[in-house]
Amino acid sequence: MSYYTPEDRRPPTTPQMALRVATLGFIALALFAIVFFRLWYLQVLAGDKYLAEANQNRVRDRPIAAPRGDIVDRNGVAIVNSRLANVVQLSPSSLPKPERIAAATWGQQATTLAKHWTASHTARWRNKHKAAVPPLPPYPAIPVSLTGRFTSIGRVLHMRPTTIQQRVIRSLATLPYAAITLRIDVPGAMLDYFGEHKRAYPGVTPDTLFLRRYPERQLASQLLGNVGQVSPGQLKESRFRGVHQGTIVGKSGVELAYDRYLRGHDGARVLQVDALGNFSRELVRSRRNPTPGRTIKLSLDLGLQKAGQDALLRAEGAANANGNPSRAGAFVALNPGNGEILAMGSSPSFDPTVFTKPISVKHFAELNSEANGAPLFDRAIQGQYPTGSTFKPFTALAALQSGKFTPAFTVADSGCIKIGGVDRCNAGHAANGSVDMVNALKVSSDVYFYTLGLRLNSAHTETIQNMARGLGLGHATGIDLPGEFKGNIPDWRWRQRIAKVEAACRRKKHIPLGETYSVYLAVARGCGISDMRQWSEGDNVNLAVGQGDVQATPLQMAVAYSGFVENGRVPRPHLGLEIEDSNGNPIQKIQPAAAHHVHIDPAARQTVLEGLHAAASAPGGTSTPVWGGWDQGTYPVYGKTGTAQTFDHGIEYDQSWYVCWIQDTAHPKDPGLVIAVTVEKGGFGAEAAAPAARLIAAHYFRQKASFIQGTSRTR
Amino acid sequence: MNTTPIVDPARPEGITAPRRAVLPFDPVLLLAVLGICGASLLTLHGANPPGVSPNYYVVRQAIYFAVGLALALALARVDYSRLRELKYGLYAVLIASILLVSALGSVARGSRRAISLSFFTFQASELGKVLLILAVSAFMVDRIRRVQDRDTTARVMLAALVPAALVMAQPDLGSAMVYLVAVLAVMFVAGTSWRHFAGLFALGAVAIAMVLVVAPAAGVHVLHSYQTDRLTAFLHPTDNPAKQGYQQNQSKIAIGAGQKTGRGEQATQTKLDFLPEHHTDFIFAVVGERYGFVGAALLLSLYALMIWRALRILTVSKNLFGALVAGGIVAMLMFQVFVNVGMTVGIAPITGIPLPLMSYGGSSVITTLLAVGILQSIYAQGRAAAALKGRVLTY
Repeated sequence: MSYYTPEDRRPPTTPQMALRVATLGFIALALFAIVFFRLWYLQVLAGDKYLAEANQNRVRDRPIAAPRGDIVDRNGVAIVNSRLANVVQLSPSSLPKPERIAAATWGQQATTLAKHWTASHTARWRNKHKAAVPPLPPYPAIPVSLTGRFTSIGRVLHMRPTTIQQRVIRSLATLPYAAITLRIDVPGAMLDYFGEHKRAYPGVTPDTLFLRRYPERQLASQLLGNVGQVSPGQLKESRFRGVHQGTIVGKSGVELAYDRYLRGHDGARVLQVDALGNFSRELVRSRRNPTPGRTIKLSLDLGLQKAGQDALLRAEGAANANGNPSRAGAFVALNPGNGEILAMGSSPSFDPTVFTKPISVKHFAELNSEANGAPLFDRAIQGQYPTGSTFKPFTALAALQSGKFTPAFTVADSGCIKIGGVDRCNAGHAANGSVDMVNALKVSSDVYFYTLGLRLNSAHTETIQNMARGLGLGHATGIDLPGEFKGNIPDWRWRQRIAKVEAACRRKKHIPLGETYSVYLAVARGCGISDMRQWSEGDNVNLAVGQGDVQATPLQMAVAYSGFVENGRVPRPHLGLEIEDSNGNPIQKIQPAAAHHVHIDPAARQTVLEGLHAAASAPGGTSTPVWGGWDQGTYPVYGKTGTAQTFDHGIEYDQSWYVCWIQDTAHPKDPGLVIAVTVEKGGFGAEAAAPAARLIAAHYFRQKASFIQGTSRTR
Repeated sequence: MNTTPIVDPARPEGITAPRRAVLPFDPVLLLAVLGICGASLLTLHGANPPGVSPNYYVVRQAIYFAVGLALALALARVDYSRLRELKYGLYAVLIASILLVSALGSVARGSRRAISLSFFTFQASELGKVLLILAVSAFMVDRIRRVQDRDTTARVMLAALVPAALVMAQPDLGSAMVYLVAVLAVMFVAGTSWRHFAGLFALGAVAIAMVLVVAPAAGVHVLHSYQTDRLTAFLHPTDNPAKQGYQQNQSKIAIGAGQKTGRGEQATQTKLDFLPEHHTDFIFAVVGERYGFVGAALLLSLYALMIWRALRILTVSKNLFGALVAGGIVAMLMFQVFVNVGMTVGIAPITGIPLPLMSYGGSSVITTLLAVGILQSIYAQGRAAAALKGRVLTY
């Protein structure tokens, strides 16, 4: 049975063999020890972590969108609310890879094109042509594998396959993982059809979406802003921390400013999935219900808002009747005591409903086009205009507080005054005779204020600028809206700065310095923001009457008037009043930032108010006719007209201004109302802006509405 | 001289060698093997593909166990030493079967490793492991007097490299590595010079460097890119959790989630199919998730027991051939267990090496049980030879 050969003989165990066997045993022991310790680490020491990962593994959250909070006016009337709309969406994971790659490529091309476009058009050009948008690359053709699917989906939804392709490509390019909304407001029959033929339309899911609804259509559109899916850029901002892709957030206006409250918290259905991502069931107990967004109560009064927008349209109409090509304007009605904005509007307006659905490039361009008056542009906070004579009260205050002038300071106004060898005249060369400060404000004597400007400011003493800045001009008012412009109060530093920019621009464009034709060349080649001179007395004189380089928004003017009316307490204008839960119960008051204080001498204030009141009520006052029949005893008006020269394509137009404070003597504690109205190309202040202000005031103080155009032809 | 034999009053018949019943097999090894088989059946329950009975794999694996154990018992009764004569035949069968599979085999997941029979897909490279150990051990015994010669080492390595290269071309990297490790172990036990091993390791290191770094840089791809990726993925597991790192990551999650005592029926990693190949290569992760540290440690202990007994059998072999074969088998088992478990716990590369006796699959199960049968034969023969010489083996 045993089988031996000489080679095969061996002693039972040689020492060498024993050593080698021991080595094998030791290796085995070491390997087992390693595995044991690894297991101990994985299962005992780090087990919790891996258990959590395993649980994470098998569930997927599918968000349930939270309804966005409403925006209501101060009386609780809804300005913006939400409605549930039926939509049909396409899941991006159901699309083949080539389509997703095509979308990504298209997105990159679009970015490159936009970059080139931005580089090849200067900021100034783009500012002029707001309607212009960067070109889009051609959409990729529908891949063969999708032609059939898109055609059949399109047949049900009444959409062309190319339209579906465009929506898919756009959505994939911007938000690669978000569901693609194919059509909004889908009739029930279409939804039922998809429900019944699920298998024939893979990836197509009927869903519901909260859409913004604007019951008041065009009212306050610009300041409300719009909403949209959060952009990749927004996701990086701290205010959108914790927001997941595809969430609807505010993009502009109040919607953006108070997005934190309006947004709410999305809920989620927790679905168990297998490794292929197939949903097996919902873990109902883990479902998180969405928390609806809060309601924001604004300080706006919708009635006043409507009166304001109507008044503006009427003023534009009246201006057109006078031969002024007015089409745009803005107004602000402000409580000077606490800075609450009671009404604020910009004309022309638009219906924000258009932004709730995919908007065509053409339509968007129309909303931005200057030919249509650029309805998206919020002139109340972004329109920077020279203020004209509405600036004069600030000059008067500065003069009185400087101690160099008294209210009795008198100038013989012969209609013109020679300054630096140039004749400067009142509008229409009107001679007002001998005027003191009150009278100068009443009749809006330019000669009087030219004189003040000339004597008040030397090159480096900025008495007027300091007063204007103290009252809030030249910097942002701090309103709770994004995108506010800060206007300009010119001084010698500003002159130097723009001269430097101009010099750099001219160097770049190879324009010789000091030649007579340099200026024309500069304008022709895209420079020409400055004639490169130093601050001069002419600048002082211009500033004193609010002409030249002064720029302010209607909101800034309202705030500045509030500031001196309220004895130097410059309010922080704001729209947000309080935050309410979805049932309308107040949760939190919105506290605006503290008012800013500037010293206003009571006597000086009294003099200026006297002048402004005379301008609106005394015979010969610039706006007295406008307020004809107004109850000046109960609601005294302190108002100033303004007419500023603006240029559009080289043609001079008059910017019509009116800013006033109306006191409520029946309620001595009531701070009254400050109204600022401006009408682009509206003619003289008394012709368009002032009558509109009266209409607003009439609504506010429940007076008879009458639109009376003034005859004053002063600036 | 008349002498009286010393008689122990308690044992009047005199002191003789106790005649114990000689078991024809090592019971501890058998128990360890049966324990692992039981664990395999328990673990495979419920690891079925969707839509079939939860016992789908259990029944089939049980059949493989039955066939394998029957073969092992039969082999245990035969003197393994006769296999030495058949060395050329065994080697020829080894090479021929691998070539045959490469030529005719069915393609599974991109590699041609098995021949589909009507009832069973035969994976030649698995059986080849045992055939190669037997053949190489026989070569080694023939040249045992010149074991320290460089020539011997070179020839044996050549004998191992030919089948290793053939299975690598299938491609089956795991089996190729098992071949090399088993043959190295045979040489080690036979007494090949340490210097030769040092030389071989140096050569191996250079070869690996060539295959992984230099050749791809020069544009020659010896390994498929997926193989390179899998081999190196464990070095940086979080690089690409969706791809190469996926299996290993899911496997680690499964094992870790088992914690001390396991998740039992709550084991979602397996049930929801997050862990691919959980009935074959990644079955240890299932044990870890379902039965926790306790279960996994118990299973590892069974393997440790098995390897300890195999080493023990090496030392009791009646001849050198048996010792070499046992050494090869020990290395084969040890390497497969360590690499497979190491792969599931994330400390070794993914190579597609099954866990002996646990992983579902007839070829692997039967091959391992054949190896166990040979070990039992060595044990039985060793005991019988010792008994002839009047020595009693104890264990």
